[in-house]
Amino acid sequence: MNSSVSETVDQSIPQEVTEKLSMVEAVNLALDHAMADDQDVVLLGEDIGVNGGVFRATQGLRDKYGLKRVMDTPLAETLITGISIGMAAQGLKPVAEIQFMGFIFPALEQLICHAARMRNRTRGRLSCPMVLRAPFGGGIHAPEHHSESTETLLAHIPGLRVVIPSSPIRAYGLLRAAINDPDPVIFLEPKRIYRAVKQAVSYGTAILPLDKCFTLKQGSDVTLISWGASIKETMEAANTLQEYGASVEVIDVATIKPLDMETILTSVRKTGRCVIIHEACKSFGVGAEISAALAEEALADLKAPVERVTGYDITMPYYRMEDHFLPKPEDIIKAALKTLSFH
Amino acid sequence: MKAKEYCHIPYIRYLDDEGEALQQLPAWTENHETLIDYYRAMVIARAGDAKAVALQRTGQMGTYPSSLGQEAISTVCCSLLEKDDVLIPYYRDLPGLMKRGIPLSDVLLYWGGDERGSAGKAWGKDFPNCVPIATQAGHAAGVATAFKIRNQHHVALVSMGDGATSKGDFTEALNLAGTWQLPIVFIINNNQWAISVPRKIQSGAPTLAQKGVSAGLPSIQVDGNDVIALHEAVSSAINQARSGKGATVIEAITYRLGDHTTADDASRYRESEELQEAWGREPIKRLRNFLYHRGLWDEEKEQQLKREATELIDSEVKRYLNTPLPEVSDLFDYHYAQMPAQLEKQKRQALAKANGRAH
Repeated sequence: MNSSVSETVDQSIPQEVTEKLSMVEAVNLALDHAMADDQDVVLLGEDIGVNGGVFRATQGLRDKYGLKRVMDTPLAETLITGISIGMAAQGLKPVAEIQFMGFIFPALEQLICHAARMRNRTRGRLSCPMVLRAPFGGGIHAPEHHSESTETLLAHIPGLRVVIPSSPIRAYGLLRAAINDPDPVIFLEPKRIYRAVKQAVSYGTAILPLDKCFTLKQGSDVTLISWGASIKETMEAANTLQEYGASVEVIDVATIKPLDMETILTSVRKTGRCVIIHEACKSFGVGAEISAALAEEALADLKAPVERVTGYDITMPYYRMEDHFLPKPEDIIKAALKTLSFH
Repeated sequence: MKAKEYCHIPYIRYLDDEGEALQQLPAWTENHETLIDYYRAMVIARAGDAKAVALQRTGQMGTYPSSLGQEAISTVCCSLLEKDDVLIPYYRDLPGLMKRGIPLSDVLLYWGGDERGSAGKAWGKDFPNCVPIATQAGHAAGVATAFKIRNQHHVALVSMGDGATSKGDFTEALNLAGTWQLPIVFIINNNQWAISVPRKIQSGAPTLAQKGVSAGLPSIQVDGNDVIALHEAVSSAINQARSGKGATVIEAITYRLGDHTTADDASRYRESEELQEAWGREPIKRLRNFLYHRGLWDEEKEQQLKREATELIDSEVKRYLNTPLPEVSDLFDYHYAQMPAQLEKQKRQALAKANGRAH
């Protein structure tokens, strides 16, 4: 990871080294490059400075860019979000970290009542070019309040963007894009796969669009749609289904809001069968929105009802029982086989 | 030991209720222009405020929160700010907004249900009215942080009511201002009432200012109906912030002579005797007495000012009332710098629907 402190490093020209990085390392590199490219980019949050963040996403950046650009804040999520809005309205590009998504709720008033509305309520006079990063999701045996997936709460808010990467390359490309974007972006990092795979990521890695799904695997029989950490189980299920002889298409939604229905519709029109997989609770989830949009736009192309494989409508269980909550590859395979056998 | 003995909060006051000097006045008051300017601004703001209430009562504007009786605080604060400083107002700051050069018609447009009221060039980098209580305190801390990061010697001035001091947002912003030594002036307009909740129920703290002490901030009370006291307190706080010495909390004691908003009826919960008594302390009468007694103001000037105010307000009201409706596309065009595809689609639907209605 390119985080060592060196007097000889010229901050304006990131070193062109291609290293295999985990997703959390790719987040760190994206922050590093964004700060090198643009003096207006500043980081703030709890424990992000000398400690480098509890997941080490900001490791080394305080030493490299100084206290004024990497700010350890008091323990106050409302404040972190409020000052991000204040800074953004003056033209800085704050990237704030909420330590876990379970602690994002004090920030909601600031996000909903101010960040999301600033451009609209001033007709563009002020805007809010900020990013709020938060690790989210279950599966790491974390304490209570450290494992929830509540992306749907944020996706419902006009004026916000909600982005969820599921690989180091997409984490880098989407975070660079989120920081460049002139509007508030909620960047949710699936911590279960923070260190799951490594990919080559560098300064040359593409900055990705914030309104496009990623087709991870092409196929013609059934479309599996997911995002975040569940992409891992979805890909495993797709490979197994492939062994059974099914031709499976896998879509990583990645940008939950705005939702790229065009890519999803094109795929489902082709396959006619669709399974949506997400870790969050089922009811009123993003899966429900995708399913409704498919019913509106592609009913005639559907050969089977849309299946959802999701968390239950229950409080996220403490970690001893969290495996009962999280979608498993076999759940996805079962749902896919159900749609494939529907006539 | 009683709570009030734990910390001493200074209280600044120069004029008594009748506008007589209680102590030797600061040297700047020898420059009468400043005092006359405060007087003129307050009279015009009060007339504009009364007009806003009248527009609501006659169905020509939506719900409006009157600033009646609190004109001195907002007027003095915004007179002392420089152009590149940033005002983060609450929603009862009409006098200050006008002092910042924001046309009355913008303010009427905002309360008349049109986002363009916060969009005009005159607003500069100032924040729009803030309705969710105390949330603006965090914005002020962010604005001040931006100044500090960029080594700009500007000041963020944030205003709020007494109710706002009960919210965590307020405490969190004070706390940050203390630890980061931010260039902020926190102005609490303690008008004694948060809708129907009186000051004594709002907090058990003997003063609201002392909440700043817990954050390590200099914290004072000032007679919020006394422009001389306000000028002293606010200019000193602004200077301190501008010179890198951090934030100040000012609790300005005033009284809400009107209802909370035009949708409220304060007679349901407030004794008329209390209101009558408060009228005896209001800021405009006090400064008028002061100016009259010193021969700096007379009936002719008063009549002339009233004509000026009427003229200005009539023309601003005309401009407000003649503002055509925005385009339907405006509803969509300012949510994102780059409009998402689904929103484009919904915009086309809304335009088609609107055009259908028009035909």
